[in-house]
Amino acid sequence: MNMQNIWFIMKREFNGYFATPVAYVFIIIFLLLTGFSTFYVGNFFERGEADLYPFFSLHPWLYILLIPAISMRLWAEERKSGSIELLMTLPVSVFEAVLGKFLAAWAFTGLALLLNFPLWITVNYLGNPDNGVIFASFLGSLLMAGGFLAIGSCISAITKNQVIAFVISLVISLIFVLAGFGIVIDFFAGWAPQTLVDVISSFSFLTHFDAISKGVIDLRDMLYFISLIAIWLFANALIVNARKAD
Amino acid sequence: MTLRIEIDDLAKHFGAIKAVDGVSFSVSKGEVLGFLGPNGAGKSTTMKMITGFLAPTRGTVRVCGYDVLTDPISVKAHLGYLPEGAPAYADMTPDSFLHFIAEIRGLKGADKKRAVGLAAERARITNVMFQPIETLSKGYKRRVGLAQAILHNPPVLILDEPTDGLDPNQKHEVRTLINEMAEDKAIIISTHILEEVHALCNRNVVIANGKIKFDGTPQELESKSRYFNAVCVNVANIEQQAFENFLSSLEFVANVEKLSGDAGFRVYPQQGRQITAELSEKIRGNGWDIDALHAENGRLDEVFRSITLPNAESSK
Repeated sequence: MNMQNIWFIMKREFNGYFATPVAYVFIIIFLLLTGFSTFYVGNFFERGEADLYPFFSLHPWLYILLIPAISMRLWAEERKSGSIELLMTLPVSVFEAVLGKFLAAWAFTGLALLLNFPLWITVNYLGNPDNGVIFASFLGSLLMAGGFLAIGSCISAITKNQVIAFVISLVISLIFVLAGFGIVIDFFAGWAPQTLVDVISSFSFLTHFDAISKGVIDLRDMLYFISLIAIWLFANALIVNARKAD
Repeated sequence: MTLRIEIDDLAKHFGAIKAVDGVSFSVSKGEVLGFLGPNGAGKSTTMKMITGFLAPTRGTVRVCGYDVLTDPISVKAHLGYLPEGAPAYADMTPDSFLHFIAEIRGLKGADKKRAVGLAAERARITNVMFQPIETLSKGYKRRVGLAQAILHNPPVLILDEPTDGLDPNQKHEVRTLINEMAEDKAIIISTHILEEVHALCNRNVVIANGKIKFDGTPQELESKSRYFNAVCVNVANIEQQAFENFLSSLEFVANVEKLSGDAGFRVYPQQGRQITAELSEKIRGNGWDIDALHAENGRLDEVFRSITLPNAESSK
């Protein structure tokens, strides 16, 4: 692994988001949706508590929709334009390229997340929140976003078509979130052995994010997201290698 | 002679289709190898395997001594590659694009700046350095791709149809550029533009249906033409039929063909010999005035057809 190569690829990819209006459109929509969900769905004011739980708890649902929009271009566009042939004949390894691109998308998501800072200022102005909890939730949300991005990046390598990449990533993300949802668990609980139900629910983003969004950082939750990212990116590299010339 | 590219029994099969089927050749420093063949012959596939983009079904490729299968990064570091269609990051400017390439190529600081400046200058794109690549004309896009390929002054250059779709002026510029660099590099150029055989190459490999059909100099390629060393001759003060009979009777003449109009005759020599001087002497010896007499070069398009189409000879 050549760290410098990862950095150069990440830098190019990150700037690529801002070369077109995509980045600005995305950030504006993201801020509108987080604001909307925090105040209307999460009842930020009515709860009467000085925390950002309403803000963070809805992130899985926002990410299902928005993260595939960030990740869909990562490889689909390279393959469509043929620039993948250029990239893969430069002296970089597939893993460096996969990691560089993923980190660029992650940094971009982190930036969008950070731009919600007026909410943080608001809650600190209105009350005395536990900023440690808020920081932990922020890290947790970022980690979960990484999970969604790794899925999206991998899917984006399967197709040359960004719309297809978007839709498939969205569906897989949805499955990963819903796996912990009552309906899905109930559906399996009726007939499947308890172990299987536990396995399914333990794969859910919701199960692992819920504690984090309350500020409880459990090593197992962290490990879950980190290994999820690692596995999807590994698959991503294998797919790029196998399909780059198709 | 230092061998820069060594290809041995290289093959790529896509299912039942043998895109490349046992190709072997090598290229030394100073050689510009014109890789000829019809569309779909396997030129691009071969180049993709040399540059490490495609994994071969069998066979080996070595670039500057590094094996593309065991050490692809070293191979890639030693070559510059212009893929077919010159893909680039469309939303970048040539300036930021070339800086990115330079960074990946390990160039830093002043070296990076110098390399980008020199490559832009040699590829003649200095006037468009700050326009998004997607807004550039086809010719400029191609030259941005060339600048990218030569940026790190690689010992080996692989150029897939570098002049395809360019206008005659742009073609001339690209050829000039390649000729400038030819001396200290090993270069492979794929093309199906036959005039480039003379304009660029000092060696040709012709490939068809995944197999090598010819490997030699452009002169050797031309000499495979049936027109090679044929002589067109016309005389004024004699009846045509008599002249034709006279030409056919000469012992070094294989065949005589009447040209359309009153343009005279084309005389094919025995075994591709040079017969211009002899022929002219014989005609003068008979006291005839020569109106026109010139030897023909080989016709590459005809050679190309006869080499790459197995049945071209019989269908003529």
